Amino acid sequence: MTDTPRVATLTSAERTRLIHSGLRRRHLSEQVFKGLGLAAIILALGFVALLFADVLRKGVPAFVQSNLHLAVTYDPAIIAVEPAPIREAGQSDADFRAVSLKWQRDVALLNWNKVVEASLRAAAPVGFEIDSKQILTTAETDARHRIRELFVADPTLLGKTVEVEVLASANAANWIKGNIDRSLPDTQQQLSAPARALIDQFTANGTISSGFAWSILGNVDSRAAPAAAGLAGAFVGSLFMMLIVVVLAVPIGVASAIYLEEFAPKSRLTDFIEVNINNLAAVPSIVFGLLGAAVFINYFHLPLSAPIVGGLVLTLMTLPTIIIATRGALLGVSPALRQAALGMGASKTQMVFHHVLPVTLPSILTATILGVAHALGETAPLLLIGMKAFVASVPATPFDQATALPVQIYLWQGNENRNFFEPRTAAAIMVLLALMITLNGFAIYLRSRLEKRA
Amino acid sequence: MDMLAGKVKRTEATINTMATRPDAHTAPDRPIRINAEDVTVHYGAKQALFGISIEIPDRAVTSFIGPSGCGKSTFLRCINRMNDTIEGAKVGGTITLDGENIYDPSLDVVELRARIGMVFQKPNPFPKSIYENVAYGPKIHGLARNKADLDEIVISSLKKAGLFEEVKDRLNEPGTGLSGGQQQRLCIARAIAVGPEVILMDEPCSALDPIATAIIEELIDELRENYTIVIVTHSMQQAARVSQKTAFFHLGKLIEVGPTSDIFTNPVHKQTQDYIMGRIG
Ligand SMILES: Nc1ncnc2c1ncn2[C@@H]1O[C@H](COP(=O)(O)OP(=O)(O)OP(=O)(O)O)[C@@H](O)[C@H]1O
Ligand SMILES: [Mg+2]
Repeated sequence: MTDTPRVATLTSAERTRLIHSGLRRRHLSEQVFKGLGLAAIILALGFVALLFADVLRKGVPAFVQSNLHLAVTYDPAIIAVEPAPIREAGQSDADFRAVSLKWQRDVALLNWNKVVEASLRAAAPVGFEIDSKQILTTAETDARHRIRELFVADPTLLGKTVEVEVLASANAANWIKGNIDRSLPDTQQQLSAPARALIDQFTANGTISSGFAWSILGNVDSRAAPAAAGLAGAFVGSLFMMLIVVVLAVPIGVASAIYLEEFAPKSRLTDFIEVNINNLAAVPSIVFGLLGAAVFINYFHLPLSAPIVGGLVLTLMTLPTIIIATRGALLGVSPALRQAALGMGASKTQMVFHHVLPVTLPSILTATILGVAHALGETAPLLLIGMKAFVASVPATPFDQATALPVQIYLWQGNENRNFFEPRTAAAIMVLLALMITLNGFAIYLRSRLEKRA
Repeated sequence: MDMLAGKVKRTEATINTMATRPDAHTAPDRPIRINAEDVTVHYGAKQALFGISIEIPDRAVTSFIGPSGCGKSTFLRCINRMNDTIEGAKVGGTITLDGENIYDPSLDVVELRARIGMVFQKPNPFPKSIYENVAYGPKIHGLARNKADLDEIVISSLKKAGLFEEVKDRLNEPGTGLSGGQQQRLCIARAIAVGPEVILMDEPCSALDPIATAIIEELIDELRENYTIVIVTHSMQQAARVSQKTAFFHLGKLIEVGPTSDIFTNPVHKQTQDYIMGRIG
């Protein structure tokens, strides 16, 4: 108020001088702010780059696996078992299955390591001196299962020799990749001297070759065979959970947000609900895990370690995020659009579904996808509902036992075998990050596409 | 209140004397379409309108003038119950359309708004194609039996709004891509498409340049043949050009209403005179 007369009495030169003197300070503060912002971004990007570089450095080699090409002979002298049962006329299904299972058990009890050893020796140079235990360390421990499974699938292999590709052991692979210091003395080496020499021979004569590690993507987890442990089970488990989250959280979340924002009368009750939704969004995820264990497992008796329970828990966790994001998007719609619709005689529902929702769809979708991506990376609540159990199969339904990608990372990282926690963990992180980046990319793509259309 | 009632009586008297005029440009010989009686509006605790009573003639243009904040838009919104959509707004009194109380609880606002269309101050086409914009009303009200019907409604509405020639090659392009004046005509076409009896326009030209304004004014003049039009405007010239009846509002009260020519040539009230002379507002 007191300024007005002063401004009026200023000459134009004085006014210019005043504005000018303030200008430097204003520009300076702008420069400072810009500088700080830039520094913050560089710092953040630096950390991201560091993280990615570290993960890539450790993870990329894990995507190369060493394959052992063996000529396996199903020697009847070792495979001393009765011929596979053939279904007799009049035999019931149950009977035949019982007989088959008994035969398979007999087959499993044979010493298949002998078959593996024989094949390895056949591949080794003539007269190569190495004992049984040592030679077996060159192949991954699941080699005998692979070879046995081939025989169970086709019992006529008895007495024949077939080409089989198995995995070299993790130690062998590391030796080949140069991850192991060759100058270390024998006592500090994981592999014995003859085994190391044999591996070098195998590499030279082509018995061992390198290839893309499909095992990581296609195999299930394994406790004893690090080179064969894969993410298939965890991947499918995560996929089931994401499906459940998308199917449940998205419609419920969007519908609740629409109801609260557009239809619910503004009252104490809706205020209370709103506050609580905001509170729920801030609840630590592990608490949702406890809730899931108490409600879904103890009360509803849903199976332990199942993606259905994980999916439900993650749904609860994602709901507040989706509701808040959707409400924010709805709130941002211009009143002019609402008036236009209502003025045309559209009912409230028509206004929401014909006009408001379509323009908010991009933001709702983005928020939803980010929410789902967040749920995908969630670990803590899953540990509490038993999803950290070791599961060596791909779940066929959401009710089967399974684990999830982030939990798999946790499990491998916690394994005492170095071959697990180093390369496998990094590889799993890469798969998880790739999935996240894909999801986020999809969100960006959808957003830009929908916005262009609007 | 008593004073106000007196005013209203007097204005009615002026209307009645006007009724004998043979001039086709004077509306009052027309039957009354909308009748508002003692309309009050509160926004929360604040009263925005104080006992407005006015008659709006059929197939004529009635303009509302008055300084900013005097309640023109508020009263306009009462006529199609858009005030219902404003939180905290409370409307009192009665407004009838053809003798039927539009605030009757049994009346459906959706139907009412199909009968009383509205054009807003800022052009607000839907973020959809030009075609979709115009077709929307007929679609939701089930006015078109098939696609051919709908096409016809869209085209004839665009023609009536004087927009068809300009947009006929790009009916599928977004309505938001048109110029401001074109958008406003699109909004008029959209309102017409439903076949309303009354069209309310809240400062339809305030965002437009003089040429676009002239086009819209011409359009309003044509539409008068078939529609009852109520227009809020800040431009005296516009009120004088397009309307047959004018109402002057001040501080939430209806000060004076009468044939446009009377209001502008010899207003009864000093406030009206002051406003028209540019001394208030
Ligand atoms: N949504 C609202 N909530 C609260 N008060 C409102 C609302 N809309 C209008 N008002 C108040 O009611 C009074 C009348 O407003 P209104 O918009 O009807 O005026 P107007 O004559 O249309 O003005 P203008 O010419 O500037 O558009 C004003 O005092 C305004 O502040
Ligand atoms: Mg207004």
